[in-house]
Amino acid sequence: MTSPTTSPTRIDDRFQALAKEGRPGLVTFITAGDPDGATSLAILKALPGAGADVIELGVPFTDPMADGPAIQAAGLRALRAGQTLAKTLGMVKAFREGDATTPIVLMGYFNPIYVYGVDRFLADAKAAGVDGLIVVDLPPEEDDELCLPALAAGIDFIRLATPTTDDRRLPAVLKHTAGFVYYVSITGITGSATPDADAVGTAVKRIKGHTALPVAVGFGVKTPEQAAAIAKGADAVVVGSALVETVRASLDSHGKATAETVPAVEQLARALADAVRAVRR
Amino acid sequence: MNAPNSFRTGPDERGHFGIHGGRFVAETLMPLILELEKAYEAARADPAFQAEMDGYLTHYVGRPSPLYYAERLTEHLRDVARKAGKDGGAKIYFKREELNHTGSHKVNNVLGQIMLARRMGKHRIIAETGAGQHGVATATLCARFGLKCVVYMGAVDVERQKPNVFRMKMLGAEVVPVQSGSKTLKDAMNEALRDWVTNVHDTFYCIGTVAGPHPYPGMVRDFQSIIGRETREQIMEAEGRLPDSLIAAVGGGSNAMGLFHPFLDDPTVEMFGVEAAGHGIASGQHAASITGGKPGVLHGNRTYLLMDGDGQIAEAHSISAGLDYPGIGPEHSWLNDIGRVTYITCTDAEALAAFQVCSKLEGIIPALECAHALGKVLELATERPQDHLMVMNLSGRGDKDIFTVAEHLGAQI
Ligand SMILES: Cc1ncc(COP(=O)(O)O)c(C=O)c1O
Repeated sequence: MTSPTTSPTRIDDRFQALAKEGRPGLVTFITAGDPDGATSLAILKALPGAGADVIELGVPFTDPMADGPAIQAAGLRALRAGQTLAKTLGMVKAFREGDATTPIVLMGYFNPIYVYGVDRFLADAKAAGVDGLIVVDLPPEEDDELCLPALAAGIDFIRLATPTTDDRRLPAVLKHTAGFVYYVSITGITGSATPDADAVGTAVKRIKGHTALPVAVGFGVKTPEQAAAIAKGADAVVVGSALVETVRASLDSHGKATAETVPAVEQLARALADAVRAVRR
Repeated sequence: MNAPNSFRTGPDERGHFGIHGGRFVAETLMPLILELEKAYEAARADPAFQAEMDGYLTHYVGRPSPLYYAERLTEHLRDVARKAGKDGGAKIYFKREELNHTGSHKVNNVLGQIMLARRMGKHRIIAETGAGQHGVATATLCARFGLKCVVYMGAVDVERQKPNVFRMKMLGAEVVPVQSGSKTLKDAMNEALRDWVTNVHDTFYCIGTVAGPHPYPGMVRDFQSIIGRETREQIMEAEGRLPDSLIAAVGGGSNAMGLFHPFLDDPTVEMFGVEAAGHGIASGQHAASITGGKPGVLHGNRTYLLMDGDGQIAEAHSISAGLDYPGIGPEHSWLNDIGRVTYITCTDAEALAAFQVCSKLEGIIPALECAHALGKVLELATERPQDHLMVMNLSGRGDKDIFTVAEHLGAQI
């Protein structure tokens, strides 16, 4: 089954290709504009070559209530360097000039989009080459706000399912989800507890009982070993805080990018991709 | 917009007050929020719940709180008017919420939520606090009912509200200083939400004001509405008629909603919500979300927020930690949009002056929060006739603020 949008998106194409290859995918998360616009764009451009199958681009927000310290700090670094939602869309556009196939999903909170204006945002995001949206603070109860307009505009709305989403609620959560389902492997914030691979496998099976969409698993996955273990039971694994933490560790004492920044992120992405790609499904 | 038949029926079933309100939270929390909504509806309809709460309100909180005629303040303002060649000077009443156990109106709401948490079988309570009054009230009721209590407080507020931090610790609560963002109330709320997402199975989030995702804004208002219901009875007894105006300081807006709500359908009663203007609205350093903000989405609801053109939340400023928040409860935003309540502002300096006037003339040291309402009473009362009845919510006592005030007055304690 493809998503309920009008035609298959880059996300649908990518997951179909992964299924054909018989392997799970790697979804990498970085924060747009961290530590500055130019370095962040260089990281973004390097990720597909390092083995990222799908890219989540975090939209910085001052009050990221579902994020742990690593992604909170990345957002603040980006905002201090002057990142805005308009600049993030510009980054996607620049990326698209050299890459027409790697799906890009914007991930963040509703307020910057709401203030930008939902219709204007969707038009600009589509034009820039954005394929999907993950908006943490928009549950199905608020579908009118952005989810339904996004689907109408041909942009996938990717919903989070969590350990607290029981079988009764799951159909409502999946109803307007498109592209893939993002299973949040822990009750908690990004970058905190490490998920238990067996429990995650069971949860993914439960979700698959309700949908034909691919299921990606994230929150708390840090090392190539963990990524491979989680990827065994899922269509893709998401790594975020560990990459963002690698950006931080590469910065100089003034918080500025160094010659190490892009290669360090690339190196971790490659190690993660190697581990994930070794998994057969 | 057409005027509704009643201003008291909100929110709708999806938690909206006009365009404001809603349930903008992470999926992890949604099942619990729906459960909370159900539990609250059931409790509200249960006479046993009401009866139990009434018992504690009487014997533990010390309600009803007096409605007090502030005679010397009234006389003083009539003098001021006379000297200006006018014959104004409204009759001023204080609703004495500072006399409640723990020293503010916050306890009314906390009692309700803690009793609900017990009904829901939750044994771990978390709360955010700014001035520390909500934290103290939560710590107090957790002590009373033997519940674990964790209070998140911005590191800046921990510094400027030291007496309350110590009170919470004495009451057995864990106080977590929040170092992220602006280190004030909004960041404490972010951190409390992060805790809740993590510990959703056993934890009840006791929100301290009429904000957050549905059902909180309406639920907290209901628990605080005892203020307005008592005021109605008391003024009828004292004056034989309804008041002409009500006035209250607005942080998140719970003491104001509690006073206003029972009067919303009385068209002769004028209402003023006072936002904190900090160093002045023009300075950009203030906490006046309606006066100086725009609608946005934060902490589970749509409401007026202070933010930049990119939707990034701005840091609020107020001398009062309890008003130092870049948002406001969604029902206030709606009452503003439809014009039922008038929102005005009071600066740090005006609040400090009013704090001293009240202390010296009435022998009541008010909290800096309600000193903002008082700052505007000093202005509005002189412009109103002497037969005008004005009720101000004296939402808390100022003992917690004496260090801040001393510092601003250049005094050593
Ligand atoms: C005494 C007092 N009044 C008012 C407030 C502001 O809150 P609200 O607007 O919810 O009443 C506070 C908050 O800490 C307070 O302590």
